[in-house]
Amino acid sequence: MNELGSQQENKRKKNIREISPIDVYKLLPKTNCCACRESNCMAFATRVVNGELTIVDCPPLLTDEYRDMLGELTALLTPPVRVVTFGEGEYSIAIGGKYVLHRHEFTYHNPSPIAIDVHDLMPEDELLERVRQIERFSYNYIGRALAPDAIAIRSTSHDPAVFRQTVKKIAGISKYPLILCSFDPAVMEAGLSEIPSRHPLMYAATSENWRSMADLSLKYNAPLTVFAPDDLSLLRTLTKTLIESGVLDLVLDPGTFTENKLSSTISNFSLIRTEACRYNDKLFGFPLLGVPFAVWAGEEISEDVLKWREAITASMLLSRYADLLIMHSIDGWVLLPQLIWRFNLYTDPRKPVSVDGGVKILGNPDRASPVLVTTNYALTYFTVESDIKAANLNCYLVIIDTGGLSVESAVAGRILTAESIATALTEYKVKSFVDHTTLIIPGLAARISGETEEATGWHILVGPKDSSGISKYLHDRWPPEA
Amino acid sequence: MTQKDPKNQLKDEQILSLAPQLLELLQGVQQVELENFAMDIGELELFIPTGHFTAVRDAVTNLQTPKRPVELIPDHFIPHIMQYPGKIREVTLGATKSSGGSRGRTLTIGGSTAPAYADFLHPAGHPPVIALDVFDMPVSLPKVLKEHVKDVIADPAEWARMNVKKFGADIVTIHLMSTDPLIHNTSPAQAAKTVEEILQAVDVPLIIGGCGDPKKDADVFCEVAKMAEGERLLLNSVTLDMAEAKTLESVAIAARDHGHLVLAFTGLELNNAKELNRRLYDYIPPERIVMDLTTVALGYGLEYSFSIHERARYAALMGDGELAHPVISASTNAWAAREAWMQMAPEYGPRELRGPIWETLNAITLLLSGIDLFMMMHPAAVLTVRDVIHRLGESGQVPSIRIRDWVNVRV
Repeated sequence: MNELGSQQENKRKKNIREISPIDVYKLLPKTNCCACRESNCMAFATRVVNGELTIVDCPPLLTDEYRDMLGELTALLTPPVRVVTFGEGEYSIAIGGKYVLHRHEFTYHNPSPIAIDVHDLMPEDELLERVRQIERFSYNYIGRALAPDAIAIRSTSHDPAVFRQTVKKIAGISKYPLILCSFDPAVMEAGLSEIPSRHPLMYAATSENWRSMADLSLKYNAPLTVFAPDDLSLLRTLTKTLIESGVLDLVLDPGTFTENKLSSTISNFSLIRTEACRYNDKLFGFPLLGVPFAVWAGEEISEDVLKWREAITASMLLSRYADLLIMHSIDGWVLLPQLIWRFNLYTDPRKPVSVDGGVKILGNPDRASPVLVTTNYALTYFTVESDIKAANLNCYLVIIDTGGLSVESAVAGRILTAESIATALTEYKVKSFVDHTTLIIPGLAARISGETEEATGWHILVGPKDSSGISKYLHDRWPPEA
Repeated sequence: MTQKDPKNQLKDEQILSLAPQLLELLQGVQQVELENFAMDIGELELFIPTGHFTAVRDAVTNLQTPKRPVELIPDHFIPHIMQYPGKIREVTLGATKSSGGSRGRTLTIGGSTAPAYADFLHPAGHPPVIALDVFDMPVSLPKVLKEHVKDVIADPAEWARMNVKKFGADIVTIHLMSTDPLIHNTSPAQAAKTVEEILQAVDVPLIIGGCGDPKKDADVFCEVAKMAEGERLLLNSVTLDMAEAKTLESVAIAARDHGHLVLAFTGLELNNAKELNRRLYDYIPPERIVMDLTTVALGYGLEYSFSIHERARYAALMGDGELAHPVISASTNAWAAREAWMQMAPEYGPRELRGPIWETLNAITLLLSGIDLFMMMHPAAVLTVRDVIHRLGESGQVPSIRIRDWVNVRV
């Protein structure tokens, strides 16, 4: 099929789903020393295959005695998409490391960082304010802070001295990982030499500048992006050449075309990732960079429309294999859905995001305080919890184990039922907390209120459909009239 | 480099013409005046003077070790062509006069032979279509959605007309919400009358939404099916709850005998989806079954919907006939996310934008997983999703040159 054959190499390597715990076990010390805190080596192997532990969690493997086995295990478990890191110390980010094409086949690792751009002709106060904005943006989602992750510095001046100054300023005020963007090696070197320890990602090597960029990548030990817009053969050519040149930490940019070539963009990303994950192709086995920023280089139209398009492009690229994004918009309505979608996409599809069932005491409730019910889907639980905390309410929250389903799904799926509520009330000894027997169930569970009253013997009140309404609800309705 | 394919230019203009419409639909947002002009490449400072490269290359060549390549080592990309044994069934909604109904046109969905938009190597199936919602009673809607329908909210026929004429709906969904025994308990006869009014108001295919009660829905669907003989309505939906309530058979038979289709609804569980389809095959041809695997809002579990659709489509293409049906997504469900409708701190932007982008992204994410029919509400989301479907469906031979130089854009 391919006269050069490189696409067909390494087909024999096992896919992560084909690797059995036995394959891993065979290469472990098999001493059942339990230094990994698992009960034996086989248990450890199983968790490694499930992606819950990594081989370096086995201390003996890191000793000289097992060096060969560590090497074999590493080869066995190396993902088809290479892990590339940039940034310094605790601020460094790993990208890539994907094992599979679809998240349901295993799970995706290394959530795609979102880098926001600045450029070297921005007035200083604007530049500094933008960096502050990038660092300030955060959204609390089910108990976790979601935020952009990196800064891409573009050279629009094409002047090494100007670029150097800008890189210096930003590195001085921010520890965020940096991406240096210029096609001019002189400009690139000016930036790299200013921050030798920051390990920035270089953007980008092209068919024109690849030799100089390869040299800089090696000299400054910085990973290098390969840019071959809408030309997958050129992308392979460049990647092959750079690997031969000794540059192994590569990131691929096949171009983000957002207008009449949107279809090729999605198809290029898909083809590259398919070759890497399904056929273990080495030249495409690198993280992919998506550039939703590209909409700003397209048609000159209203800013809001461009932001709208950038949001759409970013979201599609997150779903279609981008391991890193460079964006321009820092408007909340553009970033928020990306940050949430990224978080969701990288959760383990094999288990629902859930918290433990039980009774959560919020604020300082007493024996007359309200008792509310919710489910153990993490999003449901944390949303309810944060609404109650934000309103400074004192109450007991009974968390029903619905296997990680939301109230609506759990009611529809007959998991949140009169019986499951009754069982939870008994199991968690809810009666011991209060002197009343009034229970507030979620508005979305209204239809089981009658049955629940019968099954529990508690008086049931139907609360609001959205937990943002709990504060007002309790204000109006608690304590209930006798 | 500046020469443009005239055909492509036309497309650019068409796309540009969407922009003012989009802005208009995003009401309440401060509008920026449109500058509707095509820029010439020369006007942007995009290109690095070529002299630069040689000078720099010389400066760094001394770093090179002799072993390193000095020329590009050519390689070629030849994609593996994956052959899928399965194919998604084609289902036709609506019937024209010549085929026993009264619709102005019919719509066929499905027919995919490969995962959605993964490559150009497989012939595409029918492009996805969009249905807009109408309710048979005034419903509580997020403020941003209500804005566009407040004048017609009490008049389902007028609402349907507006969806088709103003917002270009391919299909109209009439949700017979008032039939819910816990709401108005509207009679099946009354519900059928409402459907009749909609059939007269618009000539696009219709989806008939029930209230979710397995017994009442069956009564309503049977009545509607009889009244609208031969119209190929899509009855939304039939469920395993109906099987349990022993009403599934009556609906499936009514759909079969009166020339309609059924939407098989299950909650994010492929075994249930297969089981429901198997039960339906006893009564109705597979070419009359569409699946709803459940659409959850972005932020509330969209990833479950995304993965269930990817799994279902892949299994179907690999030969699982029980899953080889077109799939539908209720993108309107995106509005269940508080991030879509709630007033939030200013840094998260106005809900007038956050709401419609939420619905848009919910739809587009699932578009990539293979959805054939979207049920939607916000006109800006509808416009955008239609535009994206169009752009993903064309091969677009001429790359946009400017985008190659995004690094140099001064914004």
